[in-house]
Amino acid sequence: MTAWQTTVRLLAFPGLLYAVPAAFWFSWLHRKINARLQGRIGPPPFQPFFDVVKLAAKRPVPRPPGQALVMTLLPVGAVTATLAAIVLLPVLPGWTGFPGDLILLVALIEVGPVLGVLAGYASRSLWGALGSSREAVLTVAHNLPFLTGVVALAQANGFSLHAVATGGPLAVRILAVIAILTCLPVKLHLNPFSVATAEQEIYAGIGTEYDGPRLALWELAHGLEWVALTGLVAVLAFPVTLAWYWHVLAFVTLSLAVVGLLAVVAAATARFTLGQATRQFTVWGFGLALSAFGLALAGS
Amino acid sequence: MGLFAALVRTARRRSPWIFHANSGSCNGCDIELLACLTPRFDVEQLGVRNEGSPRHADILVVSGPVTRNTCEALETVYAQMPDPKVVLALGSCPATGNVFAGSPAVVGPLHRVLPVDLYVPGCPPRPDAIVAAVAEAAAILAGDRPRPAEPEAVPPGTVPPEAGQPGTGQPGTGRPGTGNPEAGRHGDITTGAPR
Repeated sequence: MTAWQTTVRLLAFPGLLYAVPAAFWFSWLHRKINARLQGRIGPPPFQPFFDVVKLAAKRPVPRPPGQALVMTLLPVGAVTATLAAIVLLPVLPGWTGFPGDLILLVALIEVGPVLGVLAGYASRSLWGALGSSREAVLTVAHNLPFLTGVVALAQANGFSLHAVATGGPLAVRILAVIAILTCLPVKLHLNPFSVATAEQEIYAGIGTEYDGPRLALWELAHGLEWVALTGLVAVLAFPVTLAWYWHVLAFVTLSLAVVGLLAVVAAATARFTLGQATRQFTVWGFGLALSAFGLALAGS
Repeated sequence: MGLFAALVRTARRRSPWIFHANSGSCNGCDIELLACLTPRFDVEQLGVRNEGSPRHADILVVSGPVTRNTCEALETVYAQMPDPKVVLALGSCPATGNVFAGSPAVVGPLHRVLPVDLYVPGCPPRPDAIVAAVAEAAAILAGDRPRPAEPEAVPPGTVPPEAGQPGTGQPGTGRPGTGNPEAGRHGDITTGAPR
């Protein structure tokens, strides 16, 4: 890969120039679909952008310097890691990556939720800690099918993103992608797995104590998580090698389709309790991912 | 005005997040506030979000006559909100004490505890009046409308000496600069500022 390609990936597509507007766009689309399904008109198109700008321009309430530093660094880390995960996605056909980049991608995707758990505890709020403990339990539970699905794909293709995105048995791919897809609502704090944030029920959960620019960073990180996770599913669901513009079109279209699907599921379902949510992943989700892994083992 | 300042101003006008604090309300106003979020009024069209934490909010919506038990909590919540912020008194209770005026358990009206920017009169007020008030609050946040003059200062954590005594919080005692809570009882919003 040349320096030119790397620069394009970092700054243009799927990096900054695409990821940041897409983060706002996907957040808006989710809210809009949710509103339309509830019989409302919903927010105007630039709403998430205005939300972030407004928060960034607020004057946060002063805190002790150490706590303020930690509470600032955590969302900065989440934004950086999620953006790096998006850049790693093999959208353009010329990108072949490097051995083991699938492991790096999964690790970067997990950095955001882990920092979110730390953020709740670091805020020294009862509600933040409660949200963090719920998020930690759900992270362990949903990573069982998520990582098993990824390992099933890797078993068939190796731990290279490019190989996973372009080859391997179709049956393994379908089962693994479904298993990964079922984990997305919990990663994005959507119904029916929104127990970690549980707005109004535990105030604002992990983000209860975050205000102003720090909250703006969390909002941005959350939008970028939408782009990274829907992009991952889009990449895995389109194992075809075509001209670069078809890849870009398919990537964006499939990402939007996944956003729509998640929004519909979120609007149509109620919130599970922590025990119910955990069981969904440790029993059904894990069973699905294990089937994919079994097929991959049998096929290899 | 610079480009960034203009952007911030637009963002503040188009993204007013509210936090609702009940200070002893009968729940009538609370139900009308929730009605604003429903499909009939859909206040999210204005970018409004009902937040679970005061630290996220721009507008503090207070219902109820401000009881002794909730007075300190209100001050804490107000202090937790980052600037710029607006206080909106929802209904007749925070404006005048309403039927609770004179009760020894009541510290209000609200302007004795917090600097009130907007009043939405009514018992309870109609949802469309609440939506209009939130839009007005967003205009104050953006600097499109002047903020009412500062009320008399009350030290944080203290209860006004006359609070809770019979005869306080009588209707029609709106203080200069915070708008007359009795004005426009039928859905108008008073800011105390010239229009």
